[in-house]
Amino acid sequence: MPSPTRVSAPADRLAASLVAPAMAADAPSLVTRRRLTGTMWWSLALIFLLCIIAIFAQQLAPYPPNAQLDIIGLKSRPPSGAHPLGTDQYSRDLLSRMLFGARISLSVAMLAVLLSATVGTAYGLISGYRGGRVDAVMMRLLDAFLAIPRVLLLVAVLALWSPVPLSALILVIGLTGWFEVSRLVRAEVLSVMQREYVVAARGLGASGPRIVWRHILPNVLNPVIVSATLGVGNVIILEAGLSYLGIGARAPTASWGSIFFDGSDAFQTTWWIALFPGLAIILTVLAFNVFGTALRDTLDPHQLAGDRAR
Amino acid sequence: MADALLTIENLRTYFYGEAGVARAVDGVTFSVGAGETVGLVGESGSGKSVTALSVLRLVRPPGRLEAGSRIAFEGRDLATLGDRELRSIRGARIAMVFQEPMTALNPVFTVGDQIAEVVRIHAKASRHDAWQRAVEMLQIVGIPAPAQRAKEYPHQLSGGMRQRVVIAMALVMNPALVIADEPTTALDVTIQAQIIELLQELQHRFGMSILLITHDLGVIAETVSRVLVMYGGEIVEEAAVKTLFASAHHPYTEGLLAAMPKLGENRERLRTIPGTVPPPTKWPHGCRFHDRCPYAWERCLSEHPPLYQIESGHVSRCHLAEEPERRNHPHEPLVMHEVGGLGMERGGSGTGRGPRENSADRSARS
Repeated sequence: MPSPTRVSAPADRLAASLVAPAMAADAPSLVTRRRLTGTMWWSLALIFLLCIIAIFAQQLAPYPPNAQLDIIGLKSRPPSGAHPLGTDQYSRDLLSRMLFGARISLSVAMLAVLLSATVGTAYGLISGYRGGRVDAVMMRLLDAFLAIPRVLLLVAVLALWSPVPLSALILVIGLTGWFEVSRLVRAEVLSVMQREYVVAARGLGASGPRIVWRHILPNVLNPVIVSATLGVGNVIILEAGLSYLGIGARAPTASWGSIFFDGSDAFQTTWWIALFPGLAIILTVLAFNVFGTALRDTLDPHQLAGDRAR
Repeated sequence: MADALLTIENLRTYFYGEAGVARAVDGVTFSVGAGETVGLVGESGSGKSVTALSVLRLVRPPGRLEAGSRIAFEGRDLATLGDRELRSIRGARIAMVFQEPMTALNPVFTVGDQIAEVVRIHAKASRHDAWQRAVEMLQIVGIPAPAQRAKEYPHQLSGGMRQRVVIAMALVMNPALVIADEPTTALDVTIQAQIIELLQELQHRFGMSILLITHDLGVIAETVSRVLVMYGGEIVEEAAVKTLFASAHHPYTEGLLAAMPKLGENRERLRTIPGTVPPPTKWPHGCRFHDRCPYAWERCLSEHPPLYQIESGHVSRCHLAEEPERRNHPHEPLVMHEVGGLGMERGGSGTGRGPRENSADRSARS
C-alpha cells in the first residue's frame, strides 16, 4: 500500500516547515536549559564525590574516628599538618570523624528519603487511582498526619526508643516524611488520569495494574525524583538537629550533625570543630538542592510548556 | 442495512454530581451493521462522546450506565459483562480512536512499544513478534520507514503521523468495530482528508465497521452511509446520508446543515443555531430543542416527542411529523428573548438581531 505513504511524505514535510519558525522561537529556552544541565552535572559530580568519601571512609581516614589520641597533648588543637581539620575536645581527629560522619549523614538521608519517596508514591498512586471514597478517606487521614509536627513526633518516638539503632532512625525519619510526596503524587495522578492515553489504554483492554504501572507511574515520577533530591538536604539538617537534641546518632558515633553541635558551644575559641561539619552540611544540601532544581527544570514538562508559552 | 454487529437499546448514562443528575445519554437506541460506517453528529455537550465511551463501558464514576441499557455485540451484552471479559473485547473486538493525537499516546514509551503492548495484552505473542506486528501495522497505516519510526517517541512525530499511530494501535488486533471519536478534529485540514481516506482504505482492506463521531458534517458527507443526529442526550434524527442532506426533517439537523458554509455563497456572517445546548442536569420540558427551535409551538413545551417514522429508514424526533404545515411559519426561537431581551417575557416581541451575535454554534466549524 504505497499510496498513503506517497501522499503523506510531502504533507508531513510541509507540516515540518510550518513548525520550524515556532522552533526558532524556542531557542532561548533551549539555551537556558543547557546551562541548567551544566549546573546539574557539577552538582551531580559533587554528590558522587561525597558518596565515594562515605564508602571509602575506612581507607581515607588517617585515624580511627572514635580514638582519643592524646587527651592532654591533642585536646582541641587547631588545624595542622598532622590533623588537617584539627582535633576536638576529646583529642579525636576531626578529619577522620568527618569522613565517618559522612557515612551516617548521607546514608540516613538517602535511605530515609528513598523510604519516604516509595511510601509516598504508593500511597498517592492508590489514593488517586482508586478515587471516590477510598481517596477521600486516605486524604483525610493524610491531613491528620500532616497536623502533627514532625520534629515533635520524632522526639517523642526516639526519646522512648533509646538507644536508637541507625536502622530505626532511618525508619522513623522515612516514615514521617512521605506525607507531602503522596499529596504531590496524588495530584499528578489525577491529572495524568485525564490524559487520553490512559483512557485509550483502558479502551484497548489494559488492566488496572498495567495502567498504573506502565501509564501512570512513569508519568508521575518526575516530581517525586525532584522532591526526593530536595528532601535529602532537609533530612541531613533534620538529622543534625536530632543529634543536637541527643536523640540522633549516639555518641561516640560521629555524624556531621553531632560533630557540629559538639563544637557549636565553643565556637569562639575552637571554631574549627563546628565550622567544618557546618560547611560539609551546607555544601551537601546545596549540591542536592541545585541538582533537584536542575532536574526539575529538565524533566518537568509543564516547565517546558511554560517556556514555549513565553 | 446488513446484519447488525452492534445493537444499542435504551442506553442511558447518568452522572451523579453535586449539581444534580446529569442525563448525558438518555435512552439512545441504534445499531451498526457489519462493515457499515455510521456517523454520529451533534454539538459539544449533545452526548455523543459519552455514548462512545459507554459502548466500551469506559465511563468512570460518578457516571454510570443505568439499568435497562443494552449493548448487544457478537452475542453478548456489554452492559452487564464482567470486567475481565470486557477487557478481552476492548482493543481486540472493539477499538477506539481518540481525538487528540497529542495526548492519546504515552510520552514515555516509543510508538512501536505502545502498539506492541496492545498485541501483548490480547495475544500470547513474544516481545519480538509483537514488535514485528507493530512495525507491520505502522507500514499499513502509511508511515514511511516504519522500522525506524517505531523506535521514536510520540513527540518526535507530527500530528498526522501520531494520529496514524493511534489508528495503528486501534487496528492491530483487527477489531470488528472501530469507534472513532472526532479522529480529525485536532488536525490540519489537509491532514484531516488523509486520515479520513486512510480510515476508508483500511475499512476496505479489513472489513471492519466504523462508528464515526464528529461535529463536522463535511466529514460525514464523504464517509458514512447512515447518520445519527444527537441532541440533548437523545437521537433526534436518523437517516441515510443522502436523505439527511437532501431532506432533513428535524429542525436541529436543518440548523446544523444551514450552519455549514457552502461554496459560491456570499454571506457576511456564518449562520448559526441560536443559543447553546442546555446543561444535561436540566433538559427542557417537552422537546429538548424547543427553546432554540424556530417552529416550536405549545405542544413542544409540554409533550416530549417520540421518534416519528418519516419514511423507511428515516426517523425524526419532532412533532412536525404530525403537523407539517407549521414548518411554513417560522418565528424567532424562545432563547433569543432570554439572551437578548433583559426582563422580557417569554414569547414577547424582539428584533433578534443583537442576540444572534451572542449565540455561537460551536458545532458549525467550517
